[in-house]
Amino acid sequence: MKYYTKEHEWLELAADGIATVGITDYAQKQLGDVVYVELPAIGKAVTQSGEMAVVESVKAASEVYAPISGTVVAVNQDLPANPALVNSEPQGAGWFVKLQLSDEGELAKLLDEAGYQTYLASLS
Amino acid sequence: MVDSPLLTPLYHWHQAQGAKLVPFAGWQMPLQYAGIVAEHLHTRSAASLFDVSHMGQLLLTGRGADRALEQLLPGDIVGLAEGRMRCSLLTLSHGGILDDLMVVRLPSQEAESQGAVSRLHLIINAARRQVDEAHLRAHLPPDVQLEVLSNRALLALQGPTAAAVLAPLSPKAIDLPFMAAAELMVGDIPCLVMRSGYTGEDGFELSCAAENAVALADLLIAQEGVLPAGLGARDSLRLEAGLCLYGHDIDEQTNPVEAGLVWTIAKHRRDDSQGFLGAAAVLSALKNKAAAGARQRVGLTLAAGNPPAREGAVIENLAGQPIGVVTSGGFSPSLQLPIAMGYVPADVAAGGVQVVVRGQRYPATLTLLPFVPNCYVRPTKP
Repeated sequence: MKYYTKEHEWLELAADGIATVGITDYAQKQLGDVVYVELPAIGKAVTQSGEMAVVESVKAASEVYAPISGTVVAVNQDLPANPALVNSEPQGAGWFVKLQLSDEGELAKLLDEAGYQTYLASLS
Repeated sequence: MVDSPLLTPLYHWHQAQGAKLVPFAGWQMPLQYAGIVAEHLHTRSAASLFDVSHMGQLLLTGRGADRALEQLLPGDIVGLAEGRMRCSLLTLSHGGILDDLMVVRLPSQEAESQGAVSRLHLIINAARRQVDEAHLRAHLPPDVQLEVLSNRALLALQGPTAAAVLAPLSPKAIDLPFMAAAELMVGDIPCLVMRSGYTGEDGFELSCAAENAVALADLLIAQEGVLPAGLGARDSLRLEAGLCLYGHDIDEQTNPVEAGLVWTIAKHRRDDSQGFLGAAAVLSALKNKAAAGARQRVGLTLAAGNPPAREGAVIENLAGQPIGVVTSGGFSPSLQLPIAMGYVPADVAAGGVQVVVRGQRYPATLTLLPFVPNCYVRPTKP
C-alpha cells in the first residue's frame, strides 16, 4: 500500500514491515534537474516529519522529510552516481531509503493515493 | 504595502511557452521552460532566447555626456568609438561597486550651436534601477540629460548558432564583432543590436520598443533551433563563464580589484587618483593587490559526485581554518560537477582547499576563471 505526505514524499509498505521512501513525481517536477542527493547513514533513526535527506537541483537545496518514524535499513546506492533517477523514476528506481517502522500507528497521519491526488488538485 | 510584481512585455508570451514564472528583483520572470539543464546545454550547442527586459535601459545625452560619465566609472568612455560598447562599473567614493553596467556609444547627433552631442545607451541591473538612477541624477551635470527608457524590451539570443539564426533576419548584424552595436532592422522591427551577452557564448542582445517585443520574440523563436531559456540557465551559464552577478559576487563592499575586474580600469586612468569617484581607493587597491589582507575572487571546482557549494558556504584551508566564502555556486551542466566562485586571500589563490556544506567538509580546488572557455567573436585586426 502506498502512502503520501503533503510535503510530497511517498512511502510504500511491504509485507515485512519495511517501508520504501522517496519523493513524488510532483516533487521532482517542482525541483527540476536533480544533481545531488544526500542520504542518511544506515542505522540512523528518523522521526516523522523530521529531516531525512537533502535533494539538490541545479538551483537549490531542499530538505526531504521522513514520512514516518523508523530506522534506516537501506539507502539507494544508485543515487550518488545517478541522481537523475529521482527525475526519471521518482516512484521507482529513484527511491531514497528503506525504513524499519517504529510506530505503524503513524500511518494514519498520511494520505492515501486518492487523498494525495485530491491534495495535488487543490494546489493548481 | 506589498508592491505588485512588475511584468515585462513578454509576460503572457512566457506563460504561453509554458514557463515557470518566479519573482526576481521585483519582477515576475521565467525561471525555466523545458528545464534548466536542457536550456543550458541547448545554449552551449545551438541558440536560446532570453527575456532580460527587467534590466534597466537608460539614455544619456549631452555634449559632455561621455566625459561626465567617466567621473563615475573607471572605464574609457571618451575614447569609446561610436557603435562600440564596454562593460564598466559605477564606483562609490570608498571604492565599492554600485553596479556593473554596459555602456554603448550610439552615433552622435549634430545639434544646432552645440556641435556633436554624445548619446550613451546604458544597460543596468534590474535590482539596481532606482539606486543607479538616483546616483546618476545626483552626480551628472545639468547639461547631461538622463532618460529612463522604460518603454523598451531587451531580448538576448545566445549560443553558437545565434549569428546563423540572425543572418537572414538582419544581414548587417552578423558583421558586428563582439562588443559592437548598431541600430538595425531585425525582420521589420527596429532594434539596437549588440553583439554581447551573459553566457560566455557568441550572441546578440536586442533592445526594441516594448510594443514590438512579442513580435520580435515570435520571430526569433520561429527560427530553426531556437528555444526559450529562463533565468535559471542564465545563472548557470554566466557562472560557468566566470561572470559576476551583482549582489552576490560584487556589491557595494567589493572593490573592482579584488573582484578581478581590473580590466575595467582603463590603462590611462590608473594614475589619476581624482579621475573618477572612488579612484583613490580603487587605485590604492590596485597598487596593493598582493598585500596582506587583500582578497581575490577565484573559481572553485569540486569533484563530480560532491554536493554543490552554494552562496555562503565557508571556504577553509586544508588545516580547517576559514579563509573565505562562496559568493555564487551551483552545478555545472557542461562539466557535470559542482563549480563556485568566492573570495580568498590573494596569497592563497591557488591549490587545494575545502568547502563546508551542511557541516560536512568536501575537498575543492581553486581554479582560474572561466570554467568553460568563452566563445566571443573578437574583432579582426585589419
